[in-house]
Amino acid sequence: MFGFGILSGLLVLPLIGAAFVLLQKSDEAGLRNARWGAFWTTIVTFILSLVALARFDAAKAGFQLVERKAWLGTEIVYQLGVDGVAMPFVILTTFLMPFCILASFNAIRTRQKEYYALFLLLETLMIGVFVALDLVLFYVFFEAGLIPMFLIIGIWGGARRIYASFKFFLYTLVGSLLMLLAIMAMYWSAGSTDIVKLLAYKFPAGMQTWLWLAFFASFAVKMPMWPVHTWLPDAHVEAPTAGSVILAGILLKMGGYGFLRFSLPMFPEASLQFANLVFALSVVAIVYTSLVALMQEDIKKLIAYSSVAHMGFVTMGLFTLNAQGVQGAVFQMVSHGLVSGALFLCVGIVYDRMHTREIKAYGGLANRMPLYALVFLVFTMANVGLPGTSGFVGEFLTLLGSYKANTAVALVATSGVILSAAYALWLFARVVYGKVERHALETIPDLDRRELALLVPLALFVIYFGVQPNAILDMSAASVDGILAAVKSGLGGRLAGLAQ
Amino acid sequence: MAQAIVFLPLFGFLIAGLASLIAHRPAREAEVRAFGDADHSGHGGHGYQDYGHQDHGHDDHHAAEPSPHSEGVSRFAEVITTGFLAIACILSWAEFAQVALGSGAAFRVQIADWIHVGGFVADWSLRIDTLTAVMLVVVTSVSMLVHLYSIGYMHEDPARPRFFAYLSLFTFAMLMLVTSDNLVQMFFGWEGVGLASYLLIGFWFKKKSANDAAMKAFIVNRVGDFGFALGIFLTFWLFGAVSFDPIFAGVAGKAKEATVFLGYSVPALELACVLLFMGAMGKSAQFLLHTWLPDAMEGPTPVSALIHAATMVTAGVFMVARLSPLFEHAPVAQSVVLVIGATTAFFAATVGLVQNDIKRVIAYSTCSQLGYMFVALGTGVYAAGIYHLFTHAFFKALLFLGAGSVIHAMHHEQDIRKMGGLARKIPFTAAMMAIGTIALTGFPFTAGFYSKDAIIEAAYVAHQPGHVYAFICVVLAAGMTSFYSWRLFFLTFLGRTRADHHTYEHAHESPLVMLVPLGVLAAGAILAGFPLVGKFIGHDYDAFWKGALFTGANNHTLHDMHDSTKLAAWVPWSPLVMMVAGFVLAYLFYLRWPEIPGRLAARHPTIYRFLLNKWYFDELYDRIFVRPAKALGHFLWKKGDGAMIDGFGPDGVSATVLRVTGRVVRLQTGFVYHYAFAMLLGVAGFVTWYLFAGGAR
Repeated sequence: MFGFGILSGLLVLPLIGAAFVLLQKSDEAGLRNARWGAFWTTIVTFILSLVALARFDAAKAGFQLVERKAWLGTEIVYQLGVDGVAMPFVILTTFLMPFCILASFNAIRTRQKEYYALFLLLETLMIGVFVALDLVLFYVFFEAGLIPMFLIIGIWGGARRIYASFKFFLYTLVGSLLMLLAIMAMYWSAGSTDIVKLLAYKFPAGMQTWLWLAFFASFAVKMPMWPVHTWLPDAHVEAPTAGSVILAGILLKMGGYGFLRFSLPMFPEASLQFANLVFALSVVAIVYTSLVALMQEDIKKLIAYSSVAHMGFVTMGLFTLNAQGVQGAVFQMVSHGLVSGALFLCVGIVYDRMHTREIKAYGGLANRMPLYALVFLVFTMANVGLPGTSGFVGEFLTLLGSYKANTAVALVATSGVILSAAYALWLFARVVYGKVERHALETIPDLDRRELALLVPLALFVIYFGVQPNAILDMSAASVDGILAAVKSGLGGRLAGLAQ
Repeated sequence: MAQAIVFLPLFGFLIAGLASLIAHRPAREAEVRAFGDADHSGHGGHGYQDYGHQDHGHDDHHAAEPSPHSEGVSRFAEVITTGFLAIACILSWAEFAQVALGSGAAFRVQIADWIHVGGFVADWSLRIDTLTAVMLVVVTSVSMLVHLYSIGYMHEDPARPRFFAYLSLFTFAMLMLVTSDNLVQMFFGWEGVGLASYLLIGFWFKKKSANDAAMKAFIVNRVGDFGFALGIFLTFWLFGAVSFDPIFAGVAGKAKEATVFLGYSVPALELACVLLFMGAMGKSAQFLLHTWLPDAMEGPTPVSALIHAATMVTAGVFMVARLSPLFEHAPVAQSVVLVIGATTAFFAATVGLVQNDIKRVIAYSTCSQLGYMFVALGTGVYAAGIYHLFTHAFFKALLFLGAGSVIHAMHHEQDIRKMGGLARKIPFTAAMMAIGTIALTGFPFTAGFYSKDAIIEAAYVAHQPGHVYAFICVVLAAGMTSFYSWRLFFLTFLGRTRADHHTYEHAHESPLVMLVPLGVLAAGAILAGFPLVGKFIGHDYDAFWKGALFTGANNHTLHDMHDSTKLAAWVPWSPLVMMVAGFVLAYLFYLRWPEIPGRLAARHPTIYRFLLNKWYFDELYDRIFVRPAKALGHFLWKKGDGAMIDGFGPDGVSATVLRVTGRVVRLQTGFVYHYAFAMLLGVAGFVTWYLFAGGAR
């Protein structure tokens, strides 16, 4: 279509929607058009991504739906494609986007057109990260995606939004500059920024070390890994609800995707060399941030810290270098995208009513909001990794993989299941259970139809993927095996017990 | 048939759950009105003393009048869930007749794929053998009776549909647990019953004590699950499978294998068994992980009968029995099971001696009896453990439901010091409680007599290190069991009443729908004994179990129990002597000279308070786990994230940047452009460099 492939369509569609939104008048009718225009754009994009999924053959390990056009000269190309590792994230992005738009209908009252246009721009950039098959193209998407996010937090955010954005900025700047240097060096060494070519290229071992570190600096901030995680709680707290959903649901996954796409297959020597570092940071993240989450007084901050802990399982799983760990990590990222996104939506729903995120301001919601209590319970249980929810599968598989890779790591990380139960249930008890003691809560209404439309599908998917996780696992299996095989061959078979 | 048994309760849960959401809507206005006045009328009558945090009382029986509409919905939910359970129960007995009593072979039903990653395969499937069949009848029978009983017991509660939904959800999860064919599905059922238990303990969610108890139950169980999960990981990497058949087939070959754990080389199988047993300790409230069970009594009494007496808490026993091929090859782990079980049996019995809450006495009794079951498992006589599980389910559910009937009669009074003489008021309940009590204390020819004596004898003839300790513990515990059970009975039903006049006069027998389950369970408490003892642990052992329980080639303990050269003649008499002694002592203390206990407590205040406060475990755990975790969390947040990371990281840098840039860049808006500019610079630099250097190549 129009000389583009389907992936380009995914990139262009939201931009068209954004243009439509910006062209609307600023009166009430125009704003309604803008809102619904944005919503339907994301729906159409989602449907198009499903078409892409239908054309995608999960049994193949390589890139599919590839498009290639000349861009900057002959070696920096506009090249798109997906494999089983990228596909779940493309779908996750297009799937979560309509929820974000819908969640903003009541919450956003100022500069609405700009808001929705930025969200659609953000969608393009995020999809771009997962489909780019050129390193420079990837870098552009990866870094440019932060600009709309900055603006969303900075313009529509809470009271301390400036501080939060600034913190975010400082962290990311350092990482991204290092990554840029690494990209230059890789081009210099391999003669191309084509990811397919780079994957086949063997970087010298000494070079791998510092390339790995440069990428690590960028991805670790994005994940975020301990100790560069402190921007996340602030960013979440200040971001509007939909911004939090995207932040937790997609932006945090870019780091994990980056590790899987670049660090592991391109720098296997260095990955093995630094695996213990990643393990150490991961288990520290799991235990440390879980303990910190326990003491939070702000609902959003608590969930933000719990996100850091859950991302700890992801990084740990990725560097186990076995099938269970890596596939578990991919699954955990998708699952966390759904679960934490839904949890932030849940917070947004009571925030819209009460205009506070303080745990103390709530209590006894189950009396007035039984439906809300039910969906919040489902997501809380998914967050603590109850079997039968999607949260379990990822956590279980990453831990299973890590037990093989390093028993001590698995032991400490598994203690996270105790701590996660503690902070999540304590939050639930304080917010949902108990008597209604605050006057303001006595008339708080239960979920309306729009909110049910937001939360019920997410709840059903969380349970569905808990019972039938193979829908995602099968998608990524061949590609993960391919990546692990590449790592193995890069290591010359020095890693025993790989891909059992 | 197996699918129907497992999934009928799930459907019941879904239907009743939907009904609950529907029923809540019209009831809402009524509830708002009821907030001020009716909500907490029930709390006044409890003048507890200042020890511990033992306040009770269901304060949730709303006076809000349910609309006829919601009344109909509630009835619908009750009938649907109870009806489905009744069908499941009948089918379970049919399955039991076929697989356990008859000659039907064990079988496996594949339901669906679940998790497939690399060589890791865990599927949804059902495994039906004699062990599962025994559990099926226990779970569905007690659950069905508890559903029925709850129709009467929960009659005043407007949230009944939710209650019945939770009960059915629990039953489904428990059935998934006992029919699992692999460790991961077992873990699913394991945590599923944990969730249901959490929801049911916290069913009266307005009460803070109920919420705390629910949370405690879930978190303490998670400590056990931590071990269970690690056990699954180790088992998988050891056997390359999590399904039972491949594990059992490979176990003999792996018996000598070692694994490195925290830098030490340890026998892999022993470690796996100990880790898995840790899960069992949590679920079955064994010593060190028992603290949640007494608090769980905050839940409605039918819940205590179903979950915290007959079924869920026995999941740990079931798990060890299911994994008998592993434990048979792990003698050290067996000793661990033996010693922990014996300690629990003894410890819980001592605490039970002095408790004053009718439900807590029975809760500690449950804890103690679970210890007995683990003693049996530890000695390698798995059948005796399962047999005690089976008989215990009947008489303990009977005792709990009887206690519920007493509480119902006494308008939610639970303190046995404020009862007495109730046999005249509620004779049927008293008679049923008497049957439960004699069965629990092991009176000859009741169910408990056969199963408990078998355990005591097994502990005597066993060879595992620690079996003498276990024998002493369980014999002493038998005496204490008799004492606290009769103490409970005497204080509640006999003597002069200590209840206030109004309550006593209005004490009334429960409705028929509550009494029928009592009668059925009482029949079970008798009949589970003599007619079945031969099959469980006697001559028909092999024909009954058909290999569902594994015993190693050197395990002759069951045989030795029947060998007069191995078993001293006085051993079978010891529990009887203890039982009579306990009875006589309770009689003297609480009927004959009721002033003795008070004087005894006054003379030995240290021991009394030590027991009354449950060996101070709650206080200890609060000191060494809960408070440090919170303090550490606070420290890491404020000092770690705040002072260290942010201080030296972004805040420190920004302070420096501010100093350097001064007023050149206005921070408020500059950062985005600043950032975009930096990126642009980078890209521009890269492109330039590319055009000059790379492009020239």
